[in-house]
Amino acid sequence: MSDLLELTAAAAAERVRARELDAGELFGFYRRRAAAEELNAYTWVADGPPPELDGAGAPLGGIPLAVKDLFCTEGVPSQAGSRLLEGYTPPYTATVVAKLRAAGAPLLGKTNQDEFAMGSSNENSGFGPVLNPWDRSRVPGGSSGGSAAAVAAGLAPWAIGTDTGGSIRQPAALCGIVGLKPTYGACSRYGMIAFASSLDQAGPLTRDVTDAALLLRYMTGRDECDSTSLEFPEEIRLPSAEDLKGVRLGVPEELTGAEGGVEPGVRERFEATLTVAEQLGASVEPCRLPHAPHALSAYYLIAPAEASANLARFDGVRYGLRVDGEADLLTMYERTRATGFGDEVKRRIMLGTYALSSGYYEAYYGTAQKVRTKISEDFRAAFEQFDLIVTPTSPWVAFELGAKTADPLAMYLNDFCTVPMSLAGIPAVSIPCGLSDGLPVGFQLAGPAFSESRLLDAAHALERAIGFDGRETRR
Amino acid sequence: MSATAEYEPVIGLEIHVQLTTRTKMFCGCEVAFGGPPNSRTCAVCLGLPGALPVVNQQAVHFGVMIGLAFECEIAERSIFHRKNYFYPDNPKGYQISQYDIPLCRGGRLGEVRIHRAHLEEDAAKLNHLSQSGRIHGADRSWVDFNRCGTPLVEIVTEPDIHSPERARDWLTVLRETLRQLGVSDVDMSQGSLRCDANVSVRPRGTHELGTKTELKNMNSFAYLEQGIRAEIERQVELIRGGGTVVQETLHFDPRSRRLTPLRSKEEAHDYRYFPEPDLGPLLVTEEMLAAARRDMPAELPADRAVRFERELGLSAERAHLLAFRAELGNYFERALASTPGGNGEVDAVELANWIPLLIERIGSDADPSDSKVAPESLATLAVMVKGKEVSRDAAREVLTMLVESGGDPREIVEREGLGAIAADEDGLGDIVDRAIASDPVAAEQVRAGNMRAIGPLVGYVMRETKGRADGGEVTRLIRERLG
Repeated sequence: MSDLLELTAAAAAERVRARELDAGELFGFYRRRAAAEELNAYTWVADGPPPELDGAGAPLGGIPLAVKDLFCTEGVPSQAGSRLLEGYTPPYTATVVAKLRAAGAPLLGKTNQDEFAMGSSNENSGFGPVLNPWDRSRVPGGSSGGSAAAVAAGLAPWAIGTDTGGSIRQPAALCGIVGLKPTYGACSRYGMIAFASSLDQAGPLTRDVTDAALLLRYMTGRDECDSTSLEFPEEIRLPSAEDLKGVRLGVPEELTGAEGGVEPGVRERFEATLTVAEQLGASVEPCRLPHAPHALSAYYLIAPAEASANLARFDGVRYGLRVDGEADLLTMYERTRATGFGDEVKRRIMLGTYALSSGYYEAYYGTAQKVRTKISEDFRAAFEQFDLIVTPTSPWVAFELGAKTADPLAMYLNDFCTVPMSLAGIPAVSIPCGLSDGLPVGFQLAGPAFSESRLLDAAHALERAIGFDGRETRR
Repeated sequence: MSATAEYEPVIGLEIHVQLTTRTKMFCGCEVAFGGPPNSRTCAVCLGLPGALPVVNQQAVHFGVMIGLAFECEIAERSIFHRKNYFYPDNPKGYQISQYDIPLCRGGRLGEVRIHRAHLEEDAAKLNHLSQSGRIHGADRSWVDFNRCGTPLVEIVTEPDIHSPERARDWLTVLRETLRQLGVSDVDMSQGSLRCDANVSVRPRGTHELGTKTELKNMNSFAYLEQGIRAEIERQVELIRGGGTVVQETLHFDPRSRRLTPLRSKEEAHDYRYFPEPDLGPLLVTEEMLAAARRDMPAELPADRAVRFERELGLSAERAHLLAFRAELGNYFERALASTPGGNGEVDAVELANWIPLLIERIGSDADPSDSKVAPESLATLAVMVKGKEVSRDAAREVLTMLVESGGDPREIVEREGLGAIAADEDGLGDIVDRAIASDPVAAEQVRAGNMRAIGPLVGYVMRETKGRADGGEVTRLIRERLG
């Protein structure tokens, strides 16, 4: 049993393809663990593997996949962590989930998340918070907290989530696993219940960098159903680098200095990792992203603005919750949304509605878009001198449940280091780089658009050198 | 003093045209009329969670054709926006439309300038179980999403129209233009052509625009004219009474033919437009422009009307009739090009005069090409009338017979003995003499110079000749005798 738990997804897939391991057996193993879990990581678990499962003949070996709740899965509850969509089962499956299933990664279960992906602690889920497997009194991060906790706790071999401002990278960091946000457009958004359309991107949450690369390889590609998706220019390579010779790493002062509020333990691990990188042959130099400190402000205008429109469809007319309006349409709308949405979702709908209102649009949404352009230009300039930009993923380690719920702004600061890359649409990966007070710290690497293979190669070399041990939480 | 003698109406139109694309604007559902409710829907047009729009390229093609037909500037790069509002006919909570950078800008159709034309998607259809058929006070409402997502082009004119009649006429031209482009069914009764009007009035001779109201729900050409007329009268009356016009949206009730304000809840909107993040900019390439030009008819109705007037000398009214109803124009041109039997060329003006008489007999909506009257037969008839081989009255009878059973007009005239009676034959002079003798009172009045009295005398001759005599010739003969 524990043998199976030791295997990374890629290693398990190799065994299945070599017919040394039965995919159905592996599915059953993880299904039992998922069904018995105590972290509230899952909102739904499959009864068993799909009947047509042929692990040995599939590139992904039939290795079961945990999927964030907001991916639509035909006939399976897809509630995006919201009470408003409680019990909603879509009539179709998200492109990314369908592609992974076709490549041999069947659906193991749906994972808990912050409601409509709005949150950094998973405490905004309509179905209760997820607990961090490193310390059950702490949050797993968010919004893909269920996926991160499930992988970290060995409740799933691997998982997918979505990242809008850090929702894959930050929970990966807080749970001690690998999380990648691909280039915007690399993976189809079709079937992802939208939070902020111009930022949302699907990506892998995995035990190691190789698993992330393998999963990503089958997620990318132009989808006719998503006009913003793009053909990935090359097949994702499985990482093989063992050093960082000639790799120029830029450390942006704006995201790693005092302004970011990075806590000492995290800073210490970050700097130790920079030393490891240098030992592997990388050059490490400070770089400038002058507009990055404004990223969070711009993000909290653009994302809520888009969300205010994206969430307008939840009106009680066609699906999901409807609260009776005593024959008055407006009353029905108001009651349904007042009852179905949580506080954070309401807060962002109001923020976004305000930012788009006549008379305020230019000052808020318009200015935020200009800042976004500036941030993209900052990265472009930085990538002329550096191959990759590195930062801590989150300014702090996993915090206590309830510690930040009373202060939304403090909660938003979780995303200080991850939001700039989201606004620029560039890929970024978080890998665990050690522990601080017994809790994992994440190290973020970001590269230019479509540089995923290079990015993962560098992450792989660092991962080997760091030798982070995540076995403690997979018992 | 009538309302419009003192005040000048200023009218602009906003027209929504459903495109006859195979599929909807942003999804693969079929575009069609009727069918069981909600039978042509999918995740995208139902606004299900996670669904994304994909632009229908055929709709873009049609949009470009419309822009070219109105001589608009076609944007190489235009932007889709989200127009946010809550209503059950709007499943996403926003309509995907175009806002500050539309597909088409500027342009004209006839004397009316086009402000812009843009692409968007239609809403679902609501059916309310209430007395008024409107949502207020309804016990229950059903939503049919079959129409939802149908491609629309919204065309906005400049306020260049100054009477209800012109508004109606111009809309007819617009409809025919769109029909000939083959981009829409343009049927007002089925809603594939819908027209709102912005109406204001101003004292004649002034140039400042008055406060306008927006008129909705005028779903026929007659209602458009009635609605605008009623609104002009209302505004003038209001101003004359010392009141001021309030900017509001008015709903035309075809039963009472009255305008009632929509409740403010229905119209108080801040649509919070912002660029649709699910779609990139809409790009129109040179190839797309070329393809649109290739699919355009050789000659659009407005150009055809000009040609009929300038080159054929038709009256404006006739030219419009023939140009704006393509089936009439086509029939007319086939007849004009035919080689009828008889003396001389076909005279275009004479021939054109026979088209209204023909449709009077075959039904005003019928296509003459489907009738028994061959184009060359009508041309022959026109030649015979012009050559005074048959009188106008007799020719009308011949036309009736042609409509009933077809055939050659020359043979019919011969067979029925309807040939014109010339002045110098068949005793026409004798008949004229008898007419004068039969009505000495009228004869005396004509002699005294009262030409109105000639009617009974001409009538006598026409009765006697069974209409075969040429009316002009008869008049000439009577005056000769009573001169």
